[in-house]
Amino acid sequence: MLSIIRLILERLGLGVLVLFAVSLIIFLGVELLPGDLCQALQGQSATESTLAACRKELGLEQSAPTRYFHWLANIAQGDFGKSLANGREISELIGVRLANTFFLALVAAVIAVPLSLILGILAALYRNSWFDRSINVLTLASISFPEFFVAYILILVFSVQLGWFPSLSDVSPDTPLLERLHKVFLPALTLTLVVMAHMMRMTRAAIINLMASPYIEMAQFKGLSRSHIIIHHALPNAWAPIVNVVALNLAYLIVGVVIVEVVFVYPGLGQLIVDSVQKRDIPVVQACSIIFAATYVLLNLTADILSIATNPRLLHPK
Amino acid sequence: MTDLKQLDLDLRAGRLSRRDFLKAAALFGLSAAAPSVLFGKPAYAASEPKKGGHLKIGTGHGSTTDSLDPATYENNCMQSVGKTIHNYLTQVAANGQLGSELAETWEASEGAKKWVFKLRQGVEFHNGQKMTANDVIASFKHHGGADSKSGAKVIVDAFSDLQADGDHTLLITLKEGNADLPYQLSDYHLAVMPANAEGKIDAKSGIGCGYYKLKNFEPGVKTSVEKFANHWNAGTVHLDSAEFITIADVTARVNALTTGEIDAADRMDVKTLHLLARNKNVRVIETSGNAHYSMPMRCDTDPYKSADVRLALKYAVDRNAMLETVLRGHGYVGNDHPIGRANRYLAKDLPQRAYDPEKAKFHLKKAGAEGLKVQLSTSDAAFAGAVDAAVLYKEHAAKAGIEVEIIREPSDGYWSNVWMKKPFCFCYWGGRPTEDWAFSTAYAADAEWNDTVWKNEKFNQLLLAARAELDEAKRATMYAEMQMLLSEDGGTIIPIFNNYIGAVTDKVGTPEVIANDWDLDGQRAVLRWWKTA
Amino acid sequence: MTTHSSSDSQLEPFTEPPPAARPSKFKRALRELWKSPLSAKLGMLIVLSYIFVALFAPWLTPYGESEIVGGPFELWGDKYPLGTDNLGRDMLTRLLYGARNTIGIALITTLLAFLIGGMTGILAAILGGWADQLMSRFVDVLMAIPSLIFSLLLLTIFGTSIPVLIIIIAVLDSTRVFRLARAVSLNVVVMDYVEAARLRGEGLGWITLREVLPNIMPPLVAEFGLRFCFVFLTIAALSFLGLGIQPPTADWGSMVRDNATLISYGDITPLLPAGAIALLTIGVNFIVDWFLHKTSGLKDGQ
Repeated sequence: MLSIIRLILERLGLGVLVLFAVSLIIFLGVELLPGDLCQALQGQSATESTLAACRKELGLEQSAPTRYFHWLANIAQGDFGKSLANGREISELIGVRLANTFFLALVAAVIAVPLSLILGILAALYRNSWFDRSINVLTLASISFPEFFVAYILILVFSVQLGWFPSLSDVSPDTPLLERLHKVFLPALTLTLVVMAHMMRMTRAAIINLMASPYIEMAQFKGLSRSHIIIHHALPNAWAPIVNVVALNLAYLIVGVVIVEVVFVYPGLGQLIVDSVQKRDIPVVQACSIIFAATYVLLNLTADILSIATNPRLLHPK
Repeated sequence: MTDLKQLDLDLRAGRLSRRDFLKAAALFGLSAAAPSVLFGKPAYAASEPKKGGHLKIGTGHGSTTDSLDPATYENNCMQSVGKTIHNYLTQVAANGQLGSELAETWEASEGAKKWVFKLRQGVEFHNGQKMTANDVIASFKHHGGADSKSGAKVIVDAFSDLQADGDHTLLITLKEGNADLPYQLSDYHLAVMPANAEGKIDAKSGIGCGYYKLKNFEPGVKTSVEKFANHWNAGTVHLDSAEFITIADVTARVNALTTGEIDAADRMDVKTLHLLARNKNVRVIETSGNAHYSMPMRCDTDPYKSADVRLALKYAVDRNAMLETVLRGHGYVGNDHPIGRANRYLAKDLPQRAYDPEKAKFHLKKAGAEGLKVQLSTSDAAFAGAVDAAVLYKEHAAKAGIEVEIIREPSDGYWSNVWMKKPFCFCYWGGRPTEDWAFSTAYAADAEWNDTVWKNEKFNQLLLAARAELDEAKRATMYAEMQMLLSEDGGTIIPIFNNYIGAVTDKVGTPEVIANDWDLDGQRAVLRWWKTA
Repeated sequence: MTTHSSSDSQLEPFTEPPPAARPSKFKRALRELWKSPLSAKLGMLIVLSYIFVALFAPWLTPYGESEIVGGPFELWGDKYPLGTDNLGRDMLTRLLYGARNTIGIALITTLLAFLIGGMTGILAAILGGWADQLMSRFVDVLMAIPSLIFSLLLLTIFGTSIPVLIIIIAVLDSTRVFRLARAVSLNVVVMDYVEAARLRGEGLGWITLREVLPNIMPPLVAEFGLRFCFVFLTIAALSFLGLGIQPPTADWGSMVRDNATLISYGDITPLLPAGAIALLTIGVNFIVDWFLHKTSGLKDGQ
């Protein structure tokens, strides 16, 4: 147990370093982008004098390192600062959107994870049957369609033709839970179709891979049923790769949903970060990137701990 | 409805005093006479307006970085919100004519250098404060001066003096005469907001004296407004409340409209408009205005220094094909000058330039530039379809012996890094309500946005002369000549003017006349439309 | 597409020919192919026909790649077998040329990603220690940045030419390959034969290429199958955000994007390029599955 705690602390420390590096890279990246916030804000209507005024007001005439360290010092005190574009507190700007992003990811995960595990186990159980094959083809086809395209098709069927679900997921903080679930169903379904194939294939592969192990063969000789063997003998040892893939996809559900947000007009973080990159609103881009990076680091850590905890051999190394 | 008839109606309804009538006629001629409260009271409406209801508008614009400060309004969403929650000194009515809003009457003297605006009395702000000339001055000052980052800086910086004469008279002195000042004051940036004790406005408060007051503002997501009961003219609007929802993706916008989740939407996709029009529950609303696509060439860069090369490139575009393909016919062909159908002095007898590869070759030969190769920068950030337009132009120009290499630039940062920088690119102009405004924005030698670096002495002389000219006929002749100069010698190709195409569901009623100066009925849909069910 | 008639051959994983037979390599390969299950044959048929189309696109197509031949969105008919696109270019022509450009780009990108990610991953596993730490943390940082945002940044900074697009997608993809390669290599480098090679004094290159690489091929190949297809999707996603391939070059990702609005009106034209991607994905993965099955089958037989 002690070793796990040490591992967690060590990884958390490394995680902070990763976040620092991410913030540096993002800052450099946005700095390197041609044009600055003032040009982006004023677009076609910018003139030299309005640009100069804007830069002065926002402190953009200071050198890049100065602004970075200033930002870093504030972050160290837990102050994300204000959006340069509209002067709103970033914590306030992000708060609602972050909650929305997590909510959508949660709904999608609640549908996608059990479904892909069950389908993966079934596919392994009935390996090479028509079921296995059609699931295989279907999931492959579903991941080869671009996300926005899957979304359009779902909207066409469930929203325009059948009228069961709305095509706009414009939730606000006071939307009641049931209505909220109704509104995010289509985006969640889109995301499910996008991430399911990966998880399902990995579940199937991990179990099939184990089926060749001597202890499974032993179980087979004992005359245990195939389903019993898979659930009680193969699955517990297959968790490590599965959990890793699940973590990767959960991270994707939080970090990679920009396009689904655009199509369904869902007020999440993805749209905010794209808008902010386009407007060169560095503090907002930084804040979003840090949140995304932290999500990624934490999910990875969780996955590693889970794979150790579910693997007796790793838990008690000789 | 003719202008005269409208004036007559206004006069009889007591909306226009005889003095105003004469003044307006003196300044702008009959066509610019001011129907004071035309909007919202259509004389021949398609159906009788109903009071009440909530209108949901889906707009393709709006960003999470938007701010309520009128100086920063940069997209259709914020501009519409601005016109809904704010009032301006003047306004452009649905029929394109200038009308009064917070200024009841105005008068110019000294060659349109000195202006007196009489302000409406009894106007209340959303916070209960009464509007006076000091509020107007504070609101205007917000846009001027060295620290301004406003899009209306040019207008306000042309003031040499701004004075209140009592509570309800505003005196503006200009550095140079400008007969179009009342038009310019209808600009969406110049919202009148309440001044505080220090004579400053709280620009980000969203408090104004418009027909609707701001209820909720989530930048890039939605903005809700509700009717302001104490508005001085509250009886003319129909809706109880409204909201603007940002739906950037056009397919999503169409879907939301077909499913009835929104009542109205702007910027419909021309490619699929014929399919949308088949839907019985949806009505397409289309107007031809001044918005146009342009292809500026930098006249200080080879090969565009040569007027013949510029002409060759102008002859090398098949405008009709571009109109058909890029806009599917929803617009009209341009004549290489920015004056459109919603302008007063469009030179109707200027011959239309046609696609003529032979003439293009002739001019190339004259310039000694046979086998011309040019690079054309494009991105859909310029306008939806700009990449397609470039591909088309490449095909057209090939027939004239010109090789066009298309460079697709990133959408991100297009306006700061490509436009005004690359020698030949695509650009979009929303158009300006007056000729002077259009020309002095982008074609005058010293204009901040002279994207062609075109410097034509004759043109610039005419521009100054026409600006202060109060004689209607003389002005028309001057502006016609300037359009000719631009078309023949200017540095920009203006192949097509695009229509504003929106759509509403069958639950929305609209007046018979829809404004053609902007999307969404001149960005005043909330003030002019109503719900039928 | 039906796949269930191939089960007979797959049910016999243990019938590999005994190594003692030793026919010529070519003959063995041919026999392997002949014995492959129907799904693998189908996959090979798909991939081969795609390669054929990609190589001979200019001779197969009725019109030029960017030639405007008719009105926009013309219906399917004799003149335009699959109708025309939003500009009036022949859809069939664009699809066939799309095969050429898209597959070429995807293949180069994926190969590059595996070259970078695979090599560094194996090296990290062999070297261990601080070198491993350094590389792993660096990859962690790259992976922690949302990839779409990262590509958005990089493409805006460096422009959207095809080489830049390939390098950026390849580098971002290589992080995932690195993790996989490193993870599976870690199991291999502790094996006795690697230790033996080290003691023999073999160089790093030898160990990487001759000892480790052959033993971690199966998972890498499986990953290759999916990664290859994800490149199309990345390009499609980028073109949704206004980046992507320079027009008028035809590629399936941008073609889906350009015609996607039609789907809302029940027109199936945008399904064609999407279907082309899907079919190729399935074909490639059928082959990959067969390869995996064979390699794991060999292990079973030992």
